[in-house]
Amino acid sequence: MSTETEHDLFGDVDLKWEHAKNRLFLWVIFAASMFGVAMLALLLLDIGTDFYVGLTEFNISLTDFLTRDGSRREELSGFRGAIVASIMLMILTAVLAFFVGVGSAIYLEEYAPDNRVTRLIEANLANLAGVPSIVYGLLALAAVVNGIGTGPVLMAGAIALGLLVMSIIIVSSQEALRAVPDSVRNGSYATGATKWQTIRGVVLPAAIPGIMTGTILALARAIGETAPLLMVGAIFVNRMPSGPFDRFSGMPTQIYAWAAEPSPHFIHLAAIGIVVLLTFLFVMNGLAMYIRHRYETEI
Amino acid sequence: MMARDPDDRNPASKPRETEETDTTMATAQLEDELITTEVETGSTERAGRPDETVVATTGLTVHYGDDQALWDVDIEIPVHKVTAIIGPSGCGKSTFLRSINRMNDQIDGCRIGGELHFHGKNVYDEDVDPVALRRKIGMVFQKPNPFPKSIYDNVAYGLRVQGKDDEVDLDAAVEDALRGAALWDEVKDKLDESGLELSGGQQQRLCIARTIATDPEVLLMDEPTSALDPVAASKIEDLIDELVEEYTVVIVTHNMQQAARISDKTAVFLNGGELVEFDRTATIFENPADDRVEDYITGKFG
Ligand SMILES: Nc1ncnc2c1ncn2[C@@H]1O[C@H](COP(=O)(O)OP(=O)(O)OP(=O)(O)O)[C@@H](O)[C@H]1O
Ligand SMILES: [Mg+2]
Repeated sequence: MSTETEHDLFGDVDLKWEHAKNRLFLWVIFAASMFGVAMLALLLLDIGTDFYVGLTEFNISLTDFLTRDGSRREELSGFRGAIVASIMLMILTAVLAFFVGVGSAIYLEEYAPDNRVTRLIEANLANLAGVPSIVYGLLALAAVVNGIGTGPVLMAGAIALGLLVMSIIIVSSQEALRAVPDSVRNGSYATGATKWQTIRGVVLPAAIPGIMTGTILALARAIGETAPLLMVGAIFVNRMPSGPFDRFSGMPTQIYAWAAEPSPHFIHLAAIGIVVLLTFLFVMNGLAMYIRHRYETEI
Repeated sequence: MMARDPDDRNPASKPRETEETDTTMATAQLEDELITTEVETGSTERAGRPDETVVATTGLTVHYGDDQALWDVDIEIPVHKVTAIIGPSGCGKSTFLRSINRMNDQIDGCRIGGELHFHGKNVYDEDVDPVALRRKIGMVFQKPNPFPKSIYDNVAYGLRVQGKDDEVDLDAAVEDALRGAALWDEVKDKLDESGLELSGGQQQRLCIARTIATDPEVLLMDEPTSALDPVAASKIEDLIDELVEEYTVVIVTHNMQQAARISDKTAVFLNGGELVEFDRTATIFENPADDRVEDYITGKFG
């Protein structure tokens, strides 16, 4: 009798269908998360084959590719000018956006009173981060290239990219500053530090890993941006820029130009260019991850 | 110096006759006796010295938004003495301490009324710079809050921001402060490790070292021994005993024995922010004027 009751104890509870739903749901969300991974893998595979074909069938030498500038003649064409232009763009963008971005973040987090004006500024910054990049290119074209009359120079591209990443840097720096606990600030004030000493002495050092991570990720986004550079006229240039006020074509615009050529040789040059650009991206993302990981135990 | 018999601070080492009477009576008596004994050790020649006020409040009130946390506090804190603040949790002890060095200024929605005089000057006057005030009135917080910096930089921080780092030998000052806070032996070989990697009790002593490094005139301590083992706690008590020769100490504590042991005067806060009684520690513990204070001290309350 007792065994029978035990056996039937849960007999009236039928969970088969519920468990099946659980499993089904698990599969659906797993498939959804795998979709992105699969697409990325396909993309990499496609680029990988083109890269391989370029190196073998079209006999593109990687050393030549990295040490020659662009050229109208496909067999002489290389990527050096574009790489150098992109690196210069990154440095100028970082300089332009970092100080303004971190400065605004410090103002908004540490100084600004909590009122309507501040909230309006913050809401606008969040919106700014979603503005299509081509708009920043348009702005730089109107204000710098034509307005100041610099022509399609590297500095104009850097300004467009700087505006693009500035809102991202501000928002991520604000998050990093907010993560510093108030008790640490109070400890500093109680020791007789002024506001600026507190920010300089304890808040910024504690927030800087987060700020650096955000900045690098923002720059990683900027390095692949094509539209703003096209807007300021960074195309049809093959040589290395001699300085910020020289004409230029960065990695993405060079790839874009090659990809638009009818000859398959140029297409494969573009594929190799993409591999180089992706390498830059991975290195920058890796650096950001390293910094985050290295300092995450602090505080 | 207050050379006291070290055994005196340890109630356990005192021989005490345990009478087999009514148990509740015995406990009450025990507690009474224990505190009385301690008060006698506490009332040394320092307590007998005449009081000279360094911090005085008149009608001090503190509001957090619409909630009033302190009601018309009038108190005169004597210089070169230890003043203990006791009272149940949430009665406004930390709030009172923070209003002395104007740390309440940092809290949004906190409003202060009345006056708080430091050497006769109302610190809430327009022309008082809270930064200057805090260089004279140091504070150890209830929750340890070391900076995310090395142990050395934590202690040197105050001297650096106050621009005293080239007047003094920084290494020596750091060592002195760490010794004072009974932390030196534990950290002397790892001064460049992060202060956050210390244990909670070590962090608390690091914060004490950080505060005494700059030699403030008045030292506000919010439960400085709450996270410490008895040995470290008694070292901090020794330190307070030593410091008070030159400084003024205001200490918040939940430990009645500690208050009785180390303080000259005791303030009892009750009832959501009211200063109920303020008197010589011996009087508070032996013969309080207010029944509620007696109830609180003997454990019948709060
Ligand atoms: N930052 C704050 N904002 C709003 N209210 C606060 C703040 N700090 C304290 N209070 C309120 O003020 C009252 C007194 O708090 P306070 O921290 O001074 O108590 P306390 O006596 O130090 O307690 P404890 O012994 O638990 O540390 C409490 O009712 C608390 O809720
Ligand atoms: Mg408190």
